[in-house]
Amino acid sequence: MQVVTLPAGAGRTQTAPKLEVSGLDFFYGAQQALFDVSLAIPDKRVTALIGPSGCGKSTFLRTLNRMYETVRHARASGSVLLDGEDVLAMDPVRLRRRVGMVFQKSNPFPKSIFDNVAYGLRINESLSRSQLSEEVERSLRRAALWDEVKDKLREPAYALSGGQQQRLCIARALAVDPEVLLLDEPCSALDPIATAKIEDLLFSLSKSCTIIIVTHNMQQAARVAEHTGFFLLGRLIEFDRTQVIFTRPARKETEDYITGRFG
Amino acid sequence: MSYRYAARKAVNGLMFTLAGFCAVATASIVLFILGFLVWNGARAINWEFFTQLPKPVGEAGGGMANAIVGSAQLLLLATLFGVPVGFVAGVYLAEFGGRWFPAVIRYITDLLNGVPSIVIGIFAYAVLVLPVKRFSLAAGGLALGLIVIPITVRTTEQFLRAVPVSLREAALALGASKWRVVATVVIPAAGRGVLTGTILGVARVAGETAPLLFTSFSNRFWSTGWDQPTASLPVMIFTYAVSPYEDWHRQAWAAGLVLLLLMLAANVLARLVLAGRGACRS
Amino acid sequence: MTVSGITRAALIRLRNGDRIAHLVTLAFASCVLLIAVLLVAELYASSAPSRRQFGLGFLFSRDWDPVAEQFGALPFIYGTAVTSLLALLLAVPFGVGAAIFLSELAPPRVSGALTFVVELLAAVPSVIYGLLAIFVLVPPLREHVQPFLQERFGFLPLFQGPNYGVGLLAAGVVLAIMILPFIVSISREALMAVPREQREAALAVGATRWEAAWHAVVPYARLGITGSVFLALARALGETMAVTMVIGNSPTIHASLLSPGYSIAAVIANEFTEAMSEMHISALIQLGLVLFALTILINALARLLLLATARKGAVGA
Repeated sequence: MQVVTLPAGAGRTQTAPKLEVSGLDFFYGAQQALFDVSLAIPDKRVTALIGPSGCGKSTFLRTLNRMYETVRHARASGSVLLDGEDVLAMDPVRLRRRVGMVFQKSNPFPKSIFDNVAYGLRINESLSRSQLSEEVERSLRRAALWDEVKDKLREPAYALSGGQQQRLCIARALAVDPEVLLLDEPCSALDPIATAKIEDLLFSLSKSCTIIIVTHNMQQAARVAEHTGFFLLGRLIEFDRTQVIFTRPARKETEDYITGRFG
Repeated sequence: MSYRYAARKAVNGLMFTLAGFCAVATASIVLFILGFLVWNGARAINWEFFTQLPKPVGEAGGGMANAIVGSAQLLLLATLFGVPVGFVAGVYLAEFGGRWFPAVIRYITDLLNGVPSIVIGIFAYAVLVLPVKRFSLAAGGLALGLIVIPITVRTTEQFLRAVPVSLREAALALGASKWRVVATVVIPAAGRGVLTGTILGVARVAGETAPLLFTSFSNRFWSTGWDQPTASLPVMIFTYAVSPYEDWHRQAWAAGLVLLLLMLAANVLARLVLAGRGACRS
Repeated sequence: MTVSGITRAALIRLRNGDRIAHLVTLAFASCVLLIAVLLVAELYASSAPSRRQFGLGFLFSRDWDPVAEQFGALPFIYGTAVTSLLALLLAVPFGVGAAIFLSELAPPRVSGALTFVVELLAAVPSVIYGLLAIFVLVPPLREHVQPFLQERFGFLPLFQGPNYGVGLLAAGVVLAIMILPFIVSISREALMAVPREQREAALAVGATRWEAAWHAVVPYARLGITGSVFLALARALGETMAVTMVIGNSPTIHASLLSPGYSIAAVIANEFTEAMSEMHISALIQLGLVLFALTILINALARLLLLATARKGAVGA
């Protein structure tokens, strides 16, 4: 067993970790999907998780907001701390308000653009109509979608293009001001131009919130993330600054995976 | 804020409790029905009930032997008429369909399925009873058969479609023609499913009353032939239940219990047949 | 004959076998169409005398007097509509609630077992519901529920007049129980077909499970749920035996739910074998035609809605 921690001095300026995971095991029924994963996710940075499909990176992401609980017989053990608070013991509804998520396939509700973004605000807070509009505008601006949709807020969300829908889902997640934003392969169904927009967006968002992105696209990890973790067969093989992972990985498996994909 | 959250949590708990109550209450209606029938029916049921003819109005005792046999005859006729027609039509929909015709047939079948059984009764009366001016076992059986047809069509199609493509391809690759594949591979593979559908379809018409009121009518004695009016359990329950006689009420409960037990048995049997298929596969 | 010649002949024969099989099955499938056409034609033709005599006024006349050969359908249409709507009013909230529980909260095993039991309800014959209604439902209605309603809500016309036990209210309650299983099992299917991403999207912004179910899942499945309601309505309209046994069989129109009434199906069941005159039979068949048209219309609508959800589900997946 090995404990992978953040090397001292990594990152722009060292901040306290936002999420600290240690000894995390995860099971779907009798099958173990994660083995003793430990890492510390730095605050207000973009962290990428890479690895071949089925390596456990999405499962890991879903433990951070307990979304795995929608699957029956799934359980996690170990310690996951959000600002020192135990995530696995927290009320899941409160947790998810603080840790937002964007999914692989864009999943807008069959409602208007406005109502999609306003959804989380409406259930969580009682805002006046004008406050609500302000918040919706702010979230859409943060998701770099405002200029494209400001004239059609009442139109159904399904009328948007795939890339716009995904940014709408990001705006919906941002509206409740999450401290952490989880993204599960958010660009896998998008074209390169839409992908570039979302990547730009992630960079600017990282000033105000912690971002963790799962991706199968290593160039994407290299472009957007300051730190990268490599998963293989349910284990976290290596976690370091992205530059280190991609240029001088410490582990043979990481190197094989990266050169195999780049080469 | 936190007050608001507490309220949301309370709503969450309350609504799911209410929803759970709805589900459990709905399911427990079945238990109530079964309980009342067993309670009232078991006291009323005896050997006479199965072996004797009904007594004339006002006399206590007697049984429903003729109605039990009559129901069996009606169901036999309904099965012989309805199941083959429905089955072959179902094979057409699943295996041979063209471009638009199957969609039309499918839609019509669904609509026929929704036609109230009393309307089917009127139809059978107009076609089978009126021309010969006589209520008959045959008319009742055919009326029930008309109800069996659309049920069988849809279950047959559904289960044939569930047969994996790989099985068909395996047979086709061996050089079998389409109808041979269907007859020797697809239909046997779907056999249990189709059988289940048939059991449930026949069970459903076993309790049908409305279409029998003016086709097979009723009869206090043994029916003497296919062209004679015939007693049946559901019609007897109706007649006896709305009558003013205590003893007839007793017998209606007994007949209700017999009918319901048959129905439950058919449903459980159908479940078992389907479950058996699962066991064979794995 | 060469070997290849024999195979070729065999191949041709087999291909012909395919064609024969196609034609035979097609013929049986056409039977379904034939039955439907004959059904409509027969109802239409047999109701001709009544249609000629009364025209459209048949639907709006309140007189039903076999002796005077005056026939109007309004009391039956009224009774059918009132009992069916009452049944929906009682069964829809209950059934949809149960469906939400079964699809969103109950563990799969519990959900499967409960659903099987609920579907058994649909297998119970109508005449048995009638039997139970007469002896188990009507007495407490007459002794307790209806006096209570009269006492508390007697100022409403809905709960005035004599209390017999049998009547529109009793019929509506029995119908509600009878259509519950359709609403529960079809709504449950519609809810379970909602893509998981919809639930997760709501949960991910901090919705409770109920909020996710109510705001995200139910609206997504609303076409399917509406379909189940229409299907249930069609059942309720055409339901015969149980209604006949408790509705009171009186061809009158009263505002009160406690008063006896009559439904289309019930009057056909009661009077068809006793009808002597051609006009009486013809009027009853015309009632059958009205019932047929109503249920077909509502069923067709329900099927379209369910088809639409099936397609939407396929796209979503």
